Amino acid sequence: MNTQTTAVDIRVHRVQVVNRNEEYQCREDKTLLVGMERSGAHAIDIGCRGGGCGICKIRVLKGEYERKRMSRAHISEAEENSGYALACRIFPRSEMVIESDHYDPATIQTK
Amino acid sequence: MKKGVMRPGHIQLRVLDMKEALEHYRDLLGLIEVETDSQGRVYLKGWTEVDKFSVVLREADEPGMDFVAYKVLNNQVLEQLEQELKEYGCQVEEIPAGELNGCGRRVRFDSPTGHMFEIFAEKEQTGKWGVKNVNPEAWPRDLKGMKATRFDHCLLYGPNIEGTVKMFQEVLGFDIAEQVIDDEGKRPALFLTVGMKAHDVAFIECPEPGKLHHASFFLDTWEDVLRAADLISMEDVSLDIGPTRHGLTHGKTIYFFDPSGNRSEVFCGGDYHYPDHEPVTWTADELGKAIFYHDRALNDRFLTVLT
Repeated sequence: MNTQTTAVDIRVHRVQVVNRNEEYQCREDKTLLVGMERSGAHAIDIGCRGGGCGICKIRVLKGEYERKRMSRAHISEAEENSGYALACRIFPRSEMVIESDHYDPATIQTK
Repeated sequence: MKKGVMRPGHIQLRVLDMKEALEHYRDLLGLIEVETDSQGRVYLKGWTEVDKFSVVLREADEPGMDFVAYKVLNNQVLEQLEQELKEYGCQVEEIPAGELNGCGRRVRFDSPTGHMFEIFAEKEQTGKWGVKNVNPEAWPRDLKGMKATRFDHCLLYGPNIEGTVKMFQEVLGFDIAEQVIDDEGKRPALFLTVGMKAHDVAFIECPEPGKLHHASFFLDTWEDVLRAADLISMEDVSLDIGPTRHGLTHGKTIYFFDPSGNRSEVFCGGDYHYPDHEPVTWTADELGKAIFYHDRALNDRFLTVLT
């Protein structure tokens, strides 16, 4: 079963991190990053957890999610449209398949 | 203070969501919300600060620092330093009085590390919040959260910190209070003061220009730092590290992140500096202990996570 329901009716989704060959369960009310931290998995690098530093940049290969605003220095509009995101700013709405380790300080767009 | 620069005056930070930012800076840190200007920027201050504001929050799509400003003695000093900054080769921009509500004319200038700095001479003085200036009580009763007393300093990351520090020393009269020196004689970290504090601004070498490592706020006691740690857990706030002690400055500290990923520090204690003091030196082979005195290990996230 890839999508479960907790006692308080918060749905939980399986997140597969293909590049690290890891998977974990993430609640809908937690971001992909915080869900990973709570599960004890080591599948995404942890930075500020607020959409600012870019350390947890991922690419979503499959799955639905909701997103909060994240720094344009790390996720351009074009990247956003092709599935790139910061794991600390997106909430799973289905089973997800992602690729982590997309942070590259050399590509930061400073204003 | 030999060139007439007195102290940090204000820092303008970019945040992704103003409502969430106020829950952090006002409700958690306990800064006093002063007002919102016509651009939607929100002004805050620590309760002991006499000037009208010290923190300005601006909503934007990229977190980080817009600028940090230092207050000088008077307008004569402001004009003199403006001239000296131009002669030194800085790009200098004049910001008219009132661009920030209650603040006089500001002189904004760039730096080798890619940060924007300002100096100004005049700001409306509204007094300490909640206590009178005559026969004052010890503290006001209605403070929130960590009850931060003042904006204290910021740590900035960028390339060529020697260049920015030279400008701060030669033009603005700051002293190096503490430094880290590596085995080639290079200095990857420099802590500057313009008064007696252990630092009024600090710099760490990094290839990306204009980055903010943290904005720091002062607390009175170690007990207050532990209480801040409790509040961080109670509110499920993103923790970086602490409570612990630094080797550099010996301050007792905790680091955490605002909801846009800008790092905050609250701290107490620490060393003092007089103008005749030699800089305190940490060697780079003891950098772990210099940064976190108890862990004594290099902490990758603390060194690399920036906005």
